[in-house]
Amino acid sequence: MNVPAIEVHDLTVAYRTQPVLWDVDLALPEGKLIAIVGPNGAGKSTLLKAILGLVPTVTGWVQIFGEPYERRRSWVGYVPQRESVDWDFPTSALDVVTMGLYGRIGWLRRPAKHHRETALACLEKVGMHDLAHRQISQLSGGQQQRVFLARALAQDARLYLMDEPFAGVDATTERAILTLLKELRDSGRTVVAVHHDLQTVAEYFDHVVLLNMRLVAAGPIATTFNADALQRTYGGKLTVLTQATEALLQNRSVE
Amino acid sequence: MSPTLVILLVASCVAASCALIGTFLVLRKMALLGDAISHAVLPGIVIAFLVTGSRSALPMVLGAGALGVLTVLLVELFTRSRRLREDASIGVVFPALFSLGVILISRYAAQVDLDLDCVLYGEIAYAPWDVLLIGGADLGPKALWVNGAVLLLDLLFVLIFFKELKLSTFDAGLSAALGFSPVVIHYLLMSAVSVTVVGAFESVGAILVVAMLVVPPATAYLLTDRLGVMLGVAVGTGIASALLGYGMARALDVSIAGAMATVAGLLFLAALLLSPSHGLLARLLQLRKMGRRLSGQLLLLHLRKEGEVVPTAMLERRFGWSARRLQTVLSGLLRTGLVEREGGGLRLTPKGSEVLETTGRAQLAHKL
Amino acid sequence: MELTFTARNVLIGATLLGALGGTLGSFALLRRQSLLGDALAHAALPGVCIAYLITGTKSPLPLFAGALAAGLLGSLLILATVRWSRIKEDSAIGIVLSVFFGIGIVLLTYIQKLPAGNQSGLDKFLFGQAATLVVADLQVMAVLGAIVIAFVVAFYKEFKLLAFDREFGSSLGLPMRKLEVLLTLLLVVVVVVGLQTVGVVLIVAALITPAAAARQWTDRLGAMLLLSAGIGAAAGAAGSLVSASMAKLPTGPVIVLVSSSVLIVSLLLAPRRGILWARLRERQVAERIQRENLLKDLYLLGERRADWDTALTWPHLMGLRGQTGRELARNARPLVAAGLAERDGDALRLTEDGRKEAEQVVRKHRIWEVYLSRRLELPSDHVHRDAEAMEHALTEAAVTELEEALGFPAVDPHGSPIPARRASGGGNR
Repeated sequence: MNVPAIEVHDLTVAYRTQPVLWDVDLALPEGKLIAIVGPNGAGKSTLLKAILGLVPTVTGWVQIFGEPYERRRSWVGYVPQRESVDWDFPTSALDVVTMGLYGRIGWLRRPAKHHRETALACLEKVGMHDLAHRQISQLSGGQQQRVFLARALAQDARLYLMDEPFAGVDATTERAILTLLKELRDSGRTVVAVHHDLQTVAEYFDHVVLLNMRLVAAGPIATTFNADALQRTYGGKLTVLTQATEALLQNRSVE
Repeated sequence: MSPTLVILLVASCVAASCALIGTFLVLRKMALLGDAISHAVLPGIVIAFLVTGSRSALPMVLGAGALGVLTVLLVELFTRSRRLREDASIGVVFPALFSLGVILISRYAAQVDLDLDCVLYGEIAYAPWDVLLIGGADLGPKALWVNGAVLLLDLLFVLIFFKELKLSTFDAGLSAALGFSPVVIHYLLMSAVSVTVVGAFESVGAILVVAMLVVPPATAYLLTDRLGVMLGVAVGTGIASALLGYGMARALDVSIAGAMATVAGLLFLAALLLSPSHGLLARLLQLRKMGRRLSGQLLLLHLRKEGEVVPTAMLERRFGWSARRLQTVLSGLLRTGLVEREGGGLRLTPKGSEVLETTGRAQLAHKL
Repeated sequence: MELTFTARNVLIGATLLGALGGTLGSFALLRRQSLLGDALAHAALPGVCIAYLITGTKSPLPLFAGALAAGLLGSLLILATVRWSRIKEDSAIGIVLSVFFGIGIVLLTYIQKLPAGNQSGLDKFLFGQAATLVVADLQVMAVLGAIVIAFVVAFYKEFKLLAFDREFGSSLGLPMRKLEVLLTLLLVVVVVVGLQTVGVVLIVAALITPAAAARQWTDRLGAMLLLSAGIGAAAGAAGSLVSASMAKLPTGPVIVLVSSSVLIVSLLLAPRRGILWARLRERQVAERIQRENLLKDLYLLGERRADWDTALTWPHLMGLRGQTGRELARNARPLVAAGLAERDGDALRLTEDGRKEAEQVVRKHRIWEVYLSRRLELPSDHVHRDAEAMEHALTEAAVTELEEALGFPAVDPHGSPIPARRASGGGNR
């Protein structure tokens, strides 16, 4: 039987006295593109951070490919939100990507030539080879996002956790990122991404997790991503969107 | 007037005026700008002294006021160039200005009583004897006049501009849209800071002015959520720090200003720990209560998921709780009839199931 | 130069401090914790006093230890306060700064009253009396400094990650919190080392000013650290030498003024980031735009009259864009010098070359108008203004691509003909 990429049980995360995630149970399959959607404040980013052990949990546990996260760290790559970082930091794109290798380089050692080459290759995969030595403040939003992706690629992980990878990027970059994610999936890796744009969920992803502090639904797009589930996730404030989504789903099935 | 009374009055005036102005600094996250101004005014004071040849109050206040505004302008200049962040701008501007002041003192005013130690930590004990002489008439201690005037000024400022200050502090955008230029208010406030600071200089010195500007308002911030009350509590705390500090200083025969700051710190610590609304103790208790409630809900959820009777031992293992912890959580649930014992295990009651339903919906509704 | 023994000590101490301050200050600057050093310096006072009370000596090591402990305690309190209450970071720093210092003053005055208590040694420790530096102090400074540098070198990449993207570091499994405590500890050490040289109030400048200056010159962290250390050391050395050579100039303030001057120079003149260069670039662009506009004006007038030989009078040209005679002259001069226009008494006329040059500007303008009206469907009376701006910004390559995409239009939305691309390539840049 296939070990799920991520298994979450009874996960509850509270911030001060407010629950942010409440009793979440999830099993996410390997080798798929999985979207996490939900309204603002639904705990989507928190779910990612809880899986990575970046926030304390009240209860519950997480397993990555059947083992606790600490033992599977090298199998997981993380792409945080772009806003989480000060882009005026004096460093180049190549340098940022090399940071993804720090876990591998280890304490007290300098990045070696082959590390730099790996980083460069990752930049090439996201189409940023020419801008490798550019100071990151001089990059556009889309380019910065690509640098973050390249950094994750450098980790050569089996499972990628991404927080809003498509947020605030131009159309060309969006297409490039999607192509990259599909390549990752086709090579057997798993990608879990917090996604903000309901219009494109069905088109981009295979699986979806609908979250609003509690788990509303999770499963393949075809069976899970429907008007009823969206209604329950967004609480009925969605009439325009549900119609659009219905239309989208119609189109998809017609294809 | 007895010397003690004079000192207490002066100290109270200083504390009160600093508390009034400092409240807005704390709320605007500009505490360190206050720190910067209190150091940067030094060259202004020195220049005023060198130009007028006397240590009279008015030129010094003007000099300090000018430097205060200059400091803010410079910090803004650096920040707006976008090559420096705000905290860095503050960190480069005030030491440079302070250095200028120190060098001016060393070279041109070394023989005068404008010495550095006094500037840094003041000497309020001399206040009763430093009297104001106008036309040969003894009008009383100068410090009292100066700090009393400053207090009056600050009080008027806060009263007159109360709503503008409140609005621009919480929503600068709205303030601008309504015609109350946040920039003007900002510079007015900074001028008030400069004037207040120089008034307090002679009594408590530069660094302890910061204590009076920041600590009582921060204490008040932990005790109330309303601006008017916060101002009142800040003033009260400041005066208490001043009076108790004086008492402590006399008892232990140590620096009065230092004692005032120490007492202010102790009051802050007390509020930090014990404030019923925002203190650590209150939070801990709240968290524990919340934790217990959350644990209870999780237990109910789990019971519902399993569907039947669940052995107690399994529950302990599931949640990783000690037997004692489980007991605590259970006692509440058993008492309110949400859970019942059955043959060595536990089961959800219909009432418990119902509560779960409503809680779930309520929590979801709360989120939306 | 003849240096007294004291002056030599001051020189060494100031240079050491400058280098250390610049290095650690860089991290503080990048982590936006510039004023933390200020708080730590003030917080050190009670530590020094307590150390004195416990050991009864004024030898540097216990005093350093006391200052360190107090500094570390202060930083932990700041962190805890911000984490566990609604007090914001700036207030927390201000509170620790002033309260600790107040406690320190109380202790200081208490020590003063003690029979053996000649505390003058203690407060010199705090207020930057560099002249009291003795060799023992320098030795302690050197050893501590070497240890600090060793740590920075060893943990360079981890500190870089801590400053840039702490969360990512956590996700890699690195102990970011411990690293943060370590970095703060190193900062405390540097602050304490510097107290005797520049004093409590000025130590923050020893940390931040060289770092801020260095940041203007480079975009790489490693270079920034080295440069910052260099600037700090140089300012320390220069400051101490100047202060030694002239009477009544205390060392600390002079060092601060030297490094502040370096900062201002850096802000203005550093390549690429320098404010003067930025202004210069802006002005060059503005002037280019003015010149192109003049070319275009001459062209349009000529086109409308279908007459290229009659020169256009000065007042006429001034009236077109409401320019003064001087402004017009300033724009015309480079055109004439480049052979694009020629003066004819009190008037201006385009040359053959000038006409070709102007054509390219007009071309960009009109193609952009076509694009706006066709693709964005803007009405023809709205497109002119936008094109006025875009004509200067579009490169030749962009225009050619646009032209192709639009199917090689012949006229613009107002019916004016679109000039062809210049054969030799490379129109206006």
